[in-house]
Amino acid sequence: MSEQSPPDRTKSSNRLSDPVVSRQMVNHIIAVASERDSAAFEKIFRYFGPRVKAYMLKLGTDGALAEELMQETMVSIWRKADKFDPAKAAPSTWIFTIARNLRIDAYRKASRAEPDPHDPAFRPDADAPADDVMMQTEIAERLRKIIATLPEEQRTMLQLSYFQDKSHNEISQDFGIPLGTVKSRLRLAMQKVRHALGDETP
Amino acid sequence: MMHHVSDEMLEDYVSGQLSAGWSLGVATHLALCPACRKRVQVLEAVGGVLLENIEPVPTASTSLQDIMSRIAEPRDEIIAVTPTSPTRPRGGNLTPILPEPLRQMVGGDVAHLKWRRLNGDVSQVIFETGDQTTSCRLLRVKAGRPVAEHSHGGNEFTLVLAGSFSDKLGTFARGDVELTDEHVEHQPIAGPDEDCICLAVTDAPLRFRNPIVRLFQPLFKI
Ligand SMILES: [Zn+2]
Repeated sequence: MSEQSPPDRTKSSNRLSDPVVSRQMVNHIIAVASERDSAAFEKIFRYFGPRVKAYMLKLGTDGALAEELMQETMVSIWRKADKFDPAKAAPSTWIFTIARNLRIDAYRKASRAEPDPHDPAFRPDADAPADDVMMQTEIAERLRKIIATLPEEQRTMLQLSYFQDKSHNEISQDFGIPLGTVKSRLRLAMQKVRHALGDETP
Repeated sequence: MMHHVSDEMLEDYVSGQLSAGWSLGVATHLALCPACRKRVQVLEAVGGVLLENIEPVPTASTSLQDIMSRIAEPRDEIIAVTPTSPTRPRGGNLTPILPEPLRQMVGGDVAHLKWRRLNGDVSQVIFETGDQTTSCRLLRVKAGRPVAEHSHGGNEFTLVLAGSFSDKLGTFARGDVELTDEHVEHQPIAGPDEDCICLAVTDAPLRFRNPIVRLFQPLFKI
């Protein structure tokens, strides 16, 4: 039994971070929206299906439900493709929010609370500053670089905070790391992210 | 981060770990705060990049066929999911005081609600979100009048929707959030010009200092 190192793994994770994939995905989603292009849809599925399923599993969903929620996510991608706006979200961002909302709805039996931009009480954005026009795919590219260069411990904390159904307190207990350290690693990671995007947070 | 949602709460909202009561508070603040919507956009982009980098898991061998046949199914359920908001005010150009998603949750704008008086100065509407871990209410405080001094058994999220209030932490107007925890004892006073209406989300009953108010607490469900 020779231990084979898994070369695919490292290779694939390099490929995943490739911004070209993201730009191709933009085109695929647009093709699904405008031409109901099932070949383009299959490419979206091949790439995101296994990742969305992994996301569901990491959050403690059992295998059958994870597959079910992944399929629902793919069906939503097909049906909502015309709502996708590359100026507002990168493909991975858009798909992340679809998967997240479906997961919340499945557990809560109620829709996730979100503001409604068409509500007369909704306070619209001030005029977009020049750099706000930057395509979300570019923002995602910057984020990819920043996240790839985070110290391991900070990246792990970031992943845990998104992909584990755990409070900071529970992460601290499970990993035997002081709560303050959990918070500071996460804060450092988020600071770098914001810095990379030009900090405009209130 | 004064007057806005904290980083931790916003991160939990974006990652989907915030319970329904807090999420309602955050979402309603977002309707009134372009700056926090921008923060959400960044956090969601981070979620997207992390999703790209997640270790993929094989899907079922029939996944794609299953998905394609589900897509081919008639989709009446979509029609049921997207009604225009029934609580939208008809006609008039008046801006509702309660933004969505709050307005839908309580069943209308402030004028349509049954307000219950707590005392001469304060009335409230308690409503259900289906979330057992929080309690949500709207509070209306008469202009220039105080809310009884209280501390908190836990966290409290207060979002101003009309008028304003002030306490030792500052002044809060429409769209502003005050986050307090069990260490804060404060006495908010409504601004002098108009009644102050707030959404208050708490994870434990408020503890009033005055024993008489405390006596009546179970009665008023505060
Ligand atoms: Zn804000």
